[in-house]
Amino acid sequence: MLDVSGLHLWRGERHVLKGLSLHLGAGQALQLLWPNGAGKTSLLRAVAGLLPSESGLISWCGSAVSADPLAYCRNLAYLGHELALKGDLTVLENLYYSLGLRGGVTAAQLQAALQQTGLQSLAGELVRHLSAGQKRRVALARLGLWQAPLWLLDEPVANLDAAGQQLVAAAIDAHLQAGGCALIATHQPLTLASPGNRLWQQPQEAA
Amino acid sequence: MTASAGAWSAAALVVQRDLRLAFRRPGEWLQPVAFFLIVTLLFPLALDPEPARLRILAPAALWVAALLASVLAVEFLFREDGRDGTLEQYALSGQSFAWLLLAKTLTHWLLTGLPLVVAAPLAAMALGAPAASIPGVLAALLLGSLSLSLLGAVGAGLTLGVRRGGALLSLIVLPLAIPTLVFGARATDLAIRGEPMDGSLYLLAALAVLALTLAPLAAAAAVRISLE
Repeated sequence: MLDVSGLHLWRGERHVLKGLSLHLGAGQALQLLWPNGAGKTSLLRAVAGLLPSESGLISWCGSAVSADPLAYCRNLAYLGHELALKGDLTVLENLYYSLGLRGGVTAAQLQAALQQTGLQSLAGELVRHLSAGQKRRVALARLGLWQAPLWLLDEPVANLDAAGQQLVAAAIDAHLQAGGCALIATHQPLTLASPGNRLWQQPQEAA
Repeated sequence: MTASAGAWSAAALVVQRDLRLAFRRPGEWLQPVAFFLIVTLLFPLALDPEPARLRILAPAALWVAALLASVLAVEFLFREDGRDGTLEQYALSGQSFAWLLLAKTLTHWLLTGLPLVVAAPLAAMALGAPAASIPGVLAALLLGSLSLSLLGAVGAGLTLGVRRGGALLSLIVLPLAIPTLVFGARATDLAIRGEPMDGSLYLLAALAVLALTLAPLAAAAAVRISLE
């Protein structure tokens, strides 16, 4: 589904990614366990199209993403360091507005996602009253509801307790089972049940 | 799997969201209009309050105050959304980025530009403008403030990644705003003198249309660079 080949990326004076290539098929997850500063976040942002790459080709389902970036964006869900949640909106309002841009969801789907992430009692709460881990859970609920086949997750388990980490792993497993794929930057490898799970320790190795 | 909202409903969502956020925090959008009123009301206090002399100064005072108020306001346009990742998600939403930023900028104008127009009669009267000139003054400010918000969006996009970008923002936006200032002040001057002001109004409208079509594209490019 996702193919990256010969990707070169510079951040200022630093040549971060040197001709990186990777392939992600349906039902596969690739966990980047690179050391700090090796370019995990840069790679995710380049694949998302937020960082222009020096050279290299990123293609989705066989066609270059630069041919139709908007259509490609509809296929991807990016969860970055910043969660894009508004403190002055409630959990439900935050979900409503960000999902609306993607075509919206039904009330039943929304309730199911809140239940899965253990947020049903917080639905009407302003996000700024939530803890960092609870905010992560809101972002996780949104991630599932976007229904995008490609997930790009940057440190998805930061700030999460053990139950929350299992929740993330379960969500990723369910996503892979449904034929999706995921590129994950993380420091602690997630234990996934899916056979398509791979770990990538050093950027110099081939994926 | 790859459903996407229509462009109009996406824009409506952005507008609705920003309005709701603004009404939960009214301080932010009340500031520019308060600034505008105070600056214009300082003129009669600082000058001797002879109406004829105030009237000569009125167009300049109104427009410089409106320009500064709009630059003051536009600093907040993208800042919070840039910091908390919302703009990133807009860029990845599968909607045209420029279109969403246009919706955002127009909402910003509704919250900070339109109140200036509403407050303008008070300021204009304090500066000795005759009551008959108020509709003309309002029309000029209505068109001018729209251009100023749109131009400001470009500057706000460019300075998004800059720490304490406020001063830089005014250095970028104020020169761009000169045509609007010139025609706006001219239109206001003509209105106060009671002369026909159509020509200046048409030019202001043309500037507003130009800003409406080009500024969102420039702002989108600027914000993308700032997001890198």
